[in-house]
Amino acid sequence: MTRLLEVVDLEVGFRTGNGVVKALNGVSFTIDRGESVAIVGESGSGKSTTAAAIINLLPGGGEILGGKVLFEGKDLAKASTAELEEVRGKRIGFVPQDPMSNLDPVWSVGFQVRETVRANGLATDRAGAKAKSIEVLQQAGLPGAEQRFHQYPHQFSGGMRQRVLIGMGLAANPSLLIADEPTSALDVTVQRRILDHLDSLTENSGTALMFITHDLGLAAERASKLIVMYKGRIVEAGPSLEILRNPRHPYTQRLIAAAPSLASRRIQASGAGEVAPVASGEQQAALEVEQLDLASAAEHRLQHEDARREAGDAIVVDELTKVFKIRQGGFRSTEFTAVDKVSFSIPKGTTTALVGESGSGKSTVAKLLLGLETPTSGAITIDGRRTDALTGRARFELRRRMQPVFQDPYGSLDPLMSIGSIIAEPLTVHGVGDRASRRQRVLELLDQVALPRVLAGRYPNELSGGQRQRIAIARALALKPEIVVLDEAVSALDVLVQAQILSLLAELQEELGLTYLFITHDLAVVRVIADNVCVMQKGRIVEQAATDEVFDNPREQYTRDLLEAIPGASLLAS
Amino acid sequence: MRSDLSTGRASDAPHYVSDFADEAVVQIDSVKLDERRSNLWIDAWRDLRRRPVFWVSGVLILFITVVALFPGLFTSVDPRFCDIAKSNAGPEAGHVLGYTRQGCDVYARIVTGTGTSLSVGLIVVLLTSVLGILFGSLAGYYGGVVDAVLSRAGDIFFSIPYILAAVVIMSVLSAHRNIFVISLAIGLFAWPSTARVMRAEVMRVKNADFVMASIALGLSRFRILLRHVLPNAIAPVIVISTISLAAAITAEATLSFLGVGLPNSIMSWGNDISQAQATLRTEPMPLIWPSLALIVTVLSFILMGEALRNALDPRARARR
Repeated sequence: MTRLLEVVDLEVGFRTGNGVVKALNGVSFTIDRGESVAIVGESGSGKSTTAAAIINLLPGGGEILGGKVLFEGKDLAKASTAELEEVRGKRIGFVPQDPMSNLDPVWSVGFQVRETVRANGLATDRAGAKAKSIEVLQQAGLPGAEQRFHQYPHQFSGGMRQRVLIGMGLAANPSLLIADEPTSALDVTVQRRILDHLDSLTENSGTALMFITHDLGLAAERASKLIVMYKGRIVEAGPSLEILRNPRHPYTQRLIAAAPSLASRRIQASGAGEVAPVASGEQQAALEVEQLDLASAAEHRLQHEDARREAGDAIVVDELTKVFKIRQGGFRSTEFTAVDKVSFSIPKGTTTALVGESGSGKSTVAKLLLGLETPTSGAITIDGRRTDALTGRARFELRRRMQPVFQDPYGSLDPLMSIGSIIAEPLTVHGVGDRASRRQRVLELLDQVALPRVLAGRYPNELSGGQRQRIAIARALALKPEIVVLDEAVSALDVLVQAQILSLLAELQEELGLTYLFITHDLAVVRVIADNVCVMQKGRIVEQAATDEVFDNPREQYTRDLLEAIPGASLLAS
Repeated sequence: MRSDLSTGRASDAPHYVSDFADEAVVQIDSVKLDERRSNLWIDAWRDLRRRPVFWVSGVLILFITVVALFPGLFTSVDPRFCDIAKSNAGPEAGHVLGYTRQGCDVYARIVTGTGTSLSVGLIVVLLTSVLGILFGSLAGYYGGVVDAVLSRAGDIFFSIPYILAAVVIMSVLSAHRNIFVISLAIGLFAWPSTARVMRAEVMRVKNADFVMASIALGLSRFRILLRHVLPNAIAPVIVISTISLAAAITAEATLSFLGVGLPNSIMSWGNDISQAQATLRTEPMPLIWPSLALIVTVLSFILMGEALRNALDPRARARR
């Protein structure tokens, strides 16, 4: 019997200004009928290119340079356009990454599903096509499919759109479904529901699933086989649990150590006390694995916690409320309460995490705190001084003591300023020191965030996302603030880089006695970095306690849902 | 259960591990620096250097500028000396392009008229850029009432075709026709398109996180506009300015051609074309030569604008 999919020595290159750059370097793997396989890797590892190459939908300039893609015995790499169209949709379904841009906003959702149904020859007449389309939407788990048939994509939430796309991918009952990061843009609880649904759908129809993700925990939980990719090659492949428990390649070991979801589970599994060591194979990589091991980093934090003085609260937020007016056309407007009577306090030298899904109001709290928005009511007290009473000079002075780091590493640095001037800007604005001493401080800060000093004369677009985030941290530290507000500061980074930045933040906190407000949607990261957690939902804080308390004994159902949604629950707990 | 996973290499081992250990232990996120520095302007320059269009139009613009500044280097014939006996005469030694209807040297008049065209273009661009950048950035940055007032004011100017407006202004000011007045007449109604581009760019840049970071530092809003927003929003204005320079030169020629532009005492391609049209059928050359000069000049600036657009386009920047 032929294999369902057999990829042999696949090579893909992209044409650029400077010749052809290879994206895949001899990738080989197989998928059997009904099997689920996950491809894991960081950005640039070639995982999405692999998926696109299978159905020959490489983005502009991409080209298959060698190897075979045998689908049911037939080489798709050499197939004609007509043959490929026959296979796409009907035999191989595809679920794209971004549910926001993959539905055409000018056509109704029903129209687009019907288009798929007809293109794949599932129905010929109008009525039949409509009936089948509604069936597809119902199967995809869209409530009220018949009523929502004529609605447009903007009337659907991200999760609903992804359900529609999954429905379209599975409409023709294909024998293989390729899902490229199908839930990366969604909230964790939505992600969990959608993946559960996807699992049951593929299981019932016997569809093989090729699942592409950057989250190792998620991959291992959802697929029976794992393929780990790095720089266009496969570094390790095998049964999920086997790889997770016994990773042999140093790269895989580092990846496992750095994955927040797995680290969080490891801490959970080992109880509040000691942390289970990472299975380490190669001696040479052991050192780096240790540096990146989030679980032991968290352990390290705990040990040093006692050393921190109890010196009162750095920030006290009391009944903070922010109401936005949303214009509704004409002169009418409705009120939207983004932050609803939020109260919390952060002791000096500790980290409090504000966790919530999108729209929970967590970023608005950060903006209020930083004085980028004015509160509707409530009070913020920083170091014993209420901020609403401050004016002019005093407010300007306060800004020295509290600095932000934002999410998008590509948007947070002025691209036209040299890195030296970016880091020095806080000093110039606040008139600290002269030219020479500012320059000295810039070099000092570059050392602190572990970047080479030569960068001072360079520009941001020469750096990677992680390095830019280090620059943003250096800028935030320039004025020696006491408080740093980290608004999703590590969310846009690859896991290994994320782990590096998290350890850097922990080191800096220990060294400089910083107080962090850490805003994130990722509960797994919280476990590693925070002392206290506030869980936000729809503008309110629903649960608030010490990190271990929240993780071990969550009181609210919402918190429990969030915790369960961290992937990898069943994998390492035992 | 068949858990084997074909690797293509090694046998069908269930747990495949690749052998390139060296690569995998590369320092994570290590800083790899190019020898060369890079930012928007440096990159744009590198990009431009590789474009033949940039060099061709650049050399032409340079040449035109030299002609405009030092016409004496290119001709020693007095463009104002006209011998009616040579009306529309063909080329001869020392007068390579022949004579106009009035018997003046065509080549000398074109060379001298270059300065007029270029001056009008530059003054107009200066005017539209200053007004456009000022109003566009204030409208985009402060929004609200400021935006509403400035944008509507722009719309009013925009709704009147600037050639029409210039015709009216020039007719009213017929006693004071000179290079400045004609530039003012063109520029006064041409700035709204620059302002619109500027406003859109400023609105894009002002939401960037680095602007947030500066607010959090306590930098005043106006200083943020000057230090961070304007430098990041100016590139498209440079592109549009190059193209509007070409448009202004055409506008001057048009107005002069229509007889409401510069007086005959000021040498201008538009005037020459206008005077040559009477004998277009019998003697086309006195009209074709100044037209050719106009076309080459306008094309040079438009091509330069294209090259700049390609080098400074935000989408081209995102590619990096």
